[in-house]
Amino acid sequence: MAKHIVATVDEIPPGERKVVEVGGRSIGVFNIKGEFYALRNICPHQGGPLCEGRLTGFVMADKPGGEYRYERRGEILRCPWHGWEYDVTTGQSWVDPASVRTRSYDVEIATAEDLPSTYQPGPYTAETFEVSVDQEYVIVELPG
Amino acid sequence: MTAQFGSTASVESGPVTKDQTNGHGANSPVSSVQQAPRYRAPLDTAIIDTDIHIYFPTQDALRSYLDESWQDYHRTFGQRGFDGSHYPRAMPNAARHDAWPDDGTPPGSNLPLLQKQLLDEWNIEVGVLNPLVGAGEQRNLAFGAAFARATNEWQVAEWLDPEPRLRASIIVPWEDGELSAAEIDRWGSHPGFVHALLIARTKEPLGRRKYWPMYEAACRHDIPIAIHFGGAAGVPITGSGYPNHYIEDHGGMPQTFQAQVISLIFEGVLQQFPTLKFVLIEGGFAWIPPMLWRMDSAWRKLGSEVPHVTEPPSQLFRRHFWVSTQPMEEPFKPDQFRQLLGQLDLDDRLLFATDYPHWDFDAPDRAFPVPLDKERRRKFMAENARALYKL
Amino acid sequence: MPDPTRIDCDIHNEIPNLETLYPYLPDHWLDYCRESAFNGPDAADYPESVPTTAREGSSAKPDLAEVQNCAMQDVEIGILNCAYRVQSVRNEDLAASLATAVNQWQVEHWLEKEPRLRASIVVPSHNPALAAKEIERWGDHPGFVQVILPVRAEAPYGNRRYDPIYSAAVKRGLAIGIHYGGAPGHPPTPTGWPSYFIEDYAGMAQIFQSQVISLVCEGAFERFPALRVALIEGGFTWLPSLMWRIDKEWKGLRHNTPYVRRPPSEYMRAHLRLTIQPLDAPPNPLHLAQILDQCGAEDLLLYASDYPHCHDDQDILLDLLTADQREKICSANARAFYRL
Ligand code: FES
Repeated sequence: MAKHIVATVDEIPPGERKVVEVGGRSIGVFNIKGEFYALRNICPHQGGPLCEGRLTGFVMADKPGGEYRYERRGEILRCPWHGWEYDVTTGQSWVDPASVRTRSYDVEIATAEDLPSTYQPGPYTAETFEVSVDQEYVIVELPG
Repeated sequence: MTAQFGSTASVESGPVTKDQTNGHGANSPVSSVQQAPRYRAPLDTAIIDTDIHIYFPTQDALRSYLDESWQDYHRTFGQRGFDGSHYPRAMPNAARHDAWPDDGTPPGSNLPLLQKQLLDEWNIEVGVLNPLVGAGEQRNLAFGAAFARATNEWQVAEWLDPEPRLRASIIVPWEDGELSAAEIDRWGSHPGFVHALLIARTKEPLGRRKYWPMYEAACRHDIPIAIHFGGAAGVPITGSGYPNHYIEDHGGMPQTFQAQVISLIFEGVLQQFPTLKFVLIEGGFAWIPPMLWRMDSAWRKLGSEVPHVTEPPSQLFRRHFWVSTQPMEEPFKPDQFRQLLGQLDLDDRLLFATDYPHWDFDAPDRAFPVPLDKERRRKFMAENARALYKL
Repeated sequence: MPDPTRIDCDIHNEIPNLETLYPYLPDHWLDYCRESAFNGPDAADYPESVPTTAREGSSAKPDLAEVQNCAMQDVEIGILNCAYRVQSVRNEDLAASLATAVNQWQVEHWLEKEPRLRASIVVPSHNPALAAKEIERWGDHPGFVQVILPVRAEAPYGNRRYDPIYSAAVKRGLAIGIHYGGAPGHPPTPTGWPSYFIEDYAGMAQIFQSQVISLVCEGAFERFPALRVALIEGGFTWLPSLMWRIDKEWKGLRHNTPYVRRPPSEYMRAHLRLTIQPLDAPPNPLHLAQILDQCGAEDLLLYASDYPHCHDDQDILLDLLTADQREKICSANARAFYRL
């Protein structure tokens, strides 16, 4: 397990995202209503840059001609290429939740004091990032 | 109700239980064909992309290529095509969301972005431009002709000249055979143009004689005629009236391609023009084998009505038609894709295409759902197109 | 091995001419027909002397005796499909009366005389309310097992305007049979009118494909979970390619039709059955076997002779089947589907 600092909390307000390069992978970090989620930026279908897609909701209906329901607005990611829908909170696709999903990673929030020395520096090293005491950080945990 | 029936599919309750025949597992409420991240092909061959779309960045840019009188006309009356069959699309401009230039101009209108996202990203050796900007669909045919010519001049000035990897399409006002022939004659010997471009939903089936002067000109210059997905035609997209949804319009386009092939073959175009070549673009290809079987069977019984058709339709098709691969067929199981290639028997005729910047883009490394042998990869990814277009 | 008994899902009983219906028409329409130049529907989907309309030795419009002699050997039950196109008569009230007359004629001249036969209710489907009335009229008659609709219509059959027809059919336990032909007035292709009959004929398969897309994507099977649809005389070898394509479309465009909650191919498998004629078979039997396997055809196909229409020999198909599959396709599938 390696933990990477990828952003400050206020850099990704609710409804926004940041696409980062960590551990050789492109990863999208999303703030959905104050909760943070991280997904691999590759769509399992044809490899499209999934995390650059629109955030939308699930349009549902029980039968034609009935009411449309719009559920979980802002939590569903639509692939920018062929439009497959993914649940940001789990990485699961709508078309086949059991087997088509994109990798999701654990995300935690930490303050400067919480950061143990084992944390891998994320993209911030390249951007001459300095950890400061009055900030909260978004940390993504990568396997291996 | 018998056991056999009930065990595989239940009409009463709607939901299908487990299906044993085709590997389409039904464990999740919504089961799907694609099980795992898709197979990724090595990019070890040249790539020729036979379907790239470009657009005018603004209406002013289009007007700058029109004669002054047509500039006024365009400013006043705009484009007038076959309205009333509008299916709001799922994606703006039917484009990949990531293909919009930063300045807000439409996807496909910005050469540097196209170079970066497509030509450089995938190391594309040659890319064929198919501008779908509307010249052929104008009801005012004289304006359509001016619009077509402007589009062709724009392709040369802003795309072919600055980017040697690109080739262009001769845009024609296809509803008028003579005007189209004139436009083909104008550009037919320019090395940058590789085919003349039509859209699938023409006003009449393309075998009808009004289109023949255009074919004659194409033969004169040995230029293939490409037929691309799309159009409105002023009639419903089905032989049974207007459907309601974009998915039906978009998913129904293979029926249009079938109608065009049936027409071109049975109306005798290929006998009249024995050297003519057709390229079907963005229609997919799984519909081809069953259509050819049906056409052969119809010809065996009803051929006396079309005595000019002197050989089986399937034979004519295999001699005169090339087919782009996009949107890639995605069968339930990988083996079925191989079966499809066998039924098609068109190894020398399939042309890889991305359809950039449209949303149903096929990526060069993940387009084919199964591994292909190197020889097929070479042919599909580049060599068939190289031979057809003499690149 | 002796052939299993067969249920033949497509035998034609055609109206010889308009006069045939005179005894069954109300007086005002009778006089109207006699006084006017009206000669019956003008649909030209079965020109009488083209080679597909009748096989050697048969007539284009066989009578009961011919059907009994030529089409009923080894047949346990035969399902009649009358292709009289009342829908192409624009006067909807006349069309409705013609439909009633056709159905009365079917009862008197076919069902009451031959217990092995079942029939399909002809309806003025261009006016779904009147069509539903016609279904109500005959729905309790045990001889009718299906409502027949021509594949070419004014609007695709998934459209909600047809709900009265489906609701009446489902209520009476009747199947819907979508059948080759029809003359709704607009062109048979998405790109205008072709020149030749052979183009109409070959192109009819595409209209079946369009109807399948419509029924599934417009949610007809979600509105009517018990709806059963037979596709008659439209071929079937195109089915796998259509399943793949529409499943693919649905993955990216599902939100366009959110009530389509499962992959389209699942609805097709659950609700559709297809008759085996015309086979439109590939020359290579291996390819036919692949097609059968790809769509799970043993549960989807219904045996049909399409008498008196003329198609290729069906042995190429039947020879590929195991005994069990043969039994399903030749009778079990139809028995279950039509509740025979
Ligand atoms: S690559 Fe994401 S939906 Fe196809």
